[in-house]
Amino acid sequence: MLGKTAGGLYWMFRGLERAENTARLIEAGFRIALTRSTDPASDWRSVIVTSAQQAAFEAKYDAYTSQNVSNFLLREPSNPSSVLSVIKTARDNARLVRTALTTEVWVAVNETWMVLTDLLKETVPDPELPQALEAIRQQSALVRGALYGTMLRNDVYNFCRLGTFIERADSTARIIDVKYHALLPSPSYVGSKLDNVQWEMVLRSVSAHRSFRHAVQDDYNASNITEFLILDPRFPRSLAFCAKRITENLSELRNEYGGESESLDAALAFHARIKDRDINSIFEEGLHEYISQAILDIAAIGTRIEAQYRFIN
Amino acid sequence: MTKKQTFFDEMSSAAGARAPYRSYESWFKSQDVTRLAQKSAEAERFFRRTGITFNVYGQADAEERLIPFDLVPRILSNAEWRKLERGVEQRVRAINAFLHDLYNRQEILRAGVVPASLIANNDAFLPQMMDFTPPGGVYTHIVGTDIVRTGEDEFFVLEDNARTPSGVSYMLENRETMLQMFPELFSQIKVQRVSDYPKNLRASLEASAPPNCEGHPFVVVLTPGIHNSAYYEHSFLADQMGVELVEGHDLRIVDGRIAVRTTRGYRTVDVIYRRVDDAFLDPLTFNPQSMLGVPGIMDIYRAGNITIANAPGTGVADDKAIYSYMPDIVEFYTGERAILKNVETHRCSEPDSLKYVLDNLADLVVKEVHGSGGYGMLVGPAASKAEIAAFREKLKARPANYIAQPTLSLSTVPIFTEKGLAPRHVDLRPFALVAPNEINIAPGGLTRVALTEGSLVVNSSQGGGTKDTWVLES
Repeated sequence: MLGKTAGGLYWMFRGLERAENTARLIEAGFRIALTRSTDPASDWRSVIVTSAQQAAFEAKYDAYTSQNVSNFLLREPSNPSSVLSVIKTARDNARLVRTALTTEVWVAVNETWMVLTDLLKETVPDPELPQALEAIRQQSALVRGALYGTMLRNDVYNFCRLGTFIERADSTARIIDVKYHALLPSPSYVGSKLDNVQWEMVLRSVSAHRSFRHAVQDDYNASNITEFLILDPRFPRSLAFCAKRITENLSELRNEYGGESESLDAALAFHARIKDRDINSIFEEGLHEYISQAILDIAAIGTRIEAQYRFIN
Repeated sequence: MTKKQTFFDEMSSAAGARAPYRSYESWFKSQDVTRLAQKSAEAERFFRRTGITFNVYGQADAEERLIPFDLVPRILSNAEWRKLERGVEQRVRAINAFLHDLYNRQEILRAGVVPASLIANNDAFLPQMMDFTPPGGVYTHIVGTDIVRTGEDEFFVLEDNARTPSGVSYMLENRETMLQMFPELFSQIKVQRVSDYPKNLRASLEASAPPNCEGHPFVVVLTPGIHNSAYYEHSFLADQMGVELVEGHDLRIVDGRIAVRTTRGYRTVDVIYRRVDDAFLDPLTFNPQSMLGVPGIMDIYRAGNITIANAPGTGVADDKAIYSYMPDIVEFYTGERAILKNVETHRCSEPDSLKYVLDNLADLVVKEVHGSGGYGMLVGPAASKAEIAAFREKLKARPANYIAQPTLSLSTVPIFTEKGLAPRHVDLRPFALVAPNEINIAPGGLTRVALTEGSLVVNSSQGGGTKDTWVLES
């Protein structure tokens, strides 16, 4: 397959994953600003901070309101990470790699672009925000389902999945990094109102508030939330889960292509830094330091994949 | 002054439906119009979902548009088609012989059949192609010949598209759509298949592999990219043929061969079905600004290490000024009279013709010699006085840039409207595949239809639509 095609698939699925993550993040902000907050502006600000786009947002808007934030994250054409922008890019990538996709996957992506372009053509009023976010998640599920159900399990599939898991790992790591101060165990915070709101925000932004209860069977605390997000191999947005999938996809590519694989070596090293750890040792190392390194590792795996499989040249 | 013109309608005659349409008409009469309208809307949704769109240059807001599809087929009898097929084949053969001659001994210029000045001043003529014969001697691997009809037995060639003709994806998709919408129709009426086209295209390209090709030829489709108006067709054809779709930056020269960047490294390419224009093919030889081609590909080509389809420099044969000589060209190379007629053409480069054209602008169609897509042309009878006056100045300033033709009474085929069937003007573009030892023409082709009542412009960029084209089995 063409290097360009592999790159197109990879970036297409990074884009789709990003759209979904953005929708989750807004959903978390919306829910908390609506139900829990005495200071919605600060909750919306926290959403923008989590998405790592504070400067771009403040250059464009002067207040943290639900409308401004949802416009910026969902529709803003000048924001390359807005849902509309990434869906447009993902669809352009899908057109680029059209011959590598089954009709079902292509139609799902094309339809996603049509549905969301229409849905987001004007500002989404607050009361309709939940349905809009739901539609974004549904469309991603549709594409994922088409991919899962119709694509050959070959290199094409593996490049798609790599895009998904690299993006997801990066997203989860960034959420932890932005919230690390809230996640650090500190006696003065325990049980405080702020604490619980922050933790709920973190769990909701990775749609984990429900799975956490089922999986952990314990009350929120900084240590078990962090452990869940980083180390729990059952949770599909944890770093452990993403790292495992990345090594699997890269192993399959190596098996198909033969020879050495630099990106697999990097992914295995990254996975080892996660799976053999317990949360206390991570806190001892420093959560911020650990997560910063993880973000760099994920980026480095991405760069190696691009070079090894000749996405560009 | 309004002239009452009568047009040949391919479906109805005074005596009822014409023979090729008889079965269809009786089927149509048994249909519920509301159901047909629903089917028509369904077809449009299907095209949108599957992304069968084209881009229109200069329309930022409507970046991708559908070519409207009309559900009434255009039907040709077997006998009508056989004549068209022979005519197209003859013409395509002559064009290839003409190109080979132009780029080698130039007998036709020496014989004075075609004026040498027409070649010398022609941008589409590429000196880089002189004294070189492409692999298998094939210049135009794919030709789309535009044909119009004016009467029962009156077919004319309007244009020979010998560079990179487009539209074949619509021929294929329109048939698929009809099969999905009206399967029962195809069990009642036997229509010749067009679905072998992608397979034949691939076989034809492989048969034209370069002399230095080792093993099974590796074919790619070269596209300018997703923003090109015909990108959908490029990806569709690559997909249907089962070959890779590449852009210029995917290709480079490795050890004197063209190679494509794959996830496993570079792989040699033998045949490029290119959908980029000559000028962009090789920045070292042609347009140095081009990012769409492959630097140095012309050297590789001349060394017999790659096949480029269509060959560079074929545009000289579909030039509208050359067009007027086509009957002579056919006769010169085949020794036969042209089976398909040319439309009477006035070359504005000739003073007498120019005078005639200027005197009769209101009745003529004037076209740019190098234009395409219906841009830059004047349709006299449909133009306002001001438009005609403005065009007159352009024409006087650069007469050699124009040819003029009488306004043809293009045949009509009905389209489906909410008020029932309504006649609209059509043309036909059959697609011919040329391999070293074989010419294969898909039965039918693309029928384009001017959807506006009375309009004669069928181009998709100007609001034209398409129809499925049927050639009956018997």
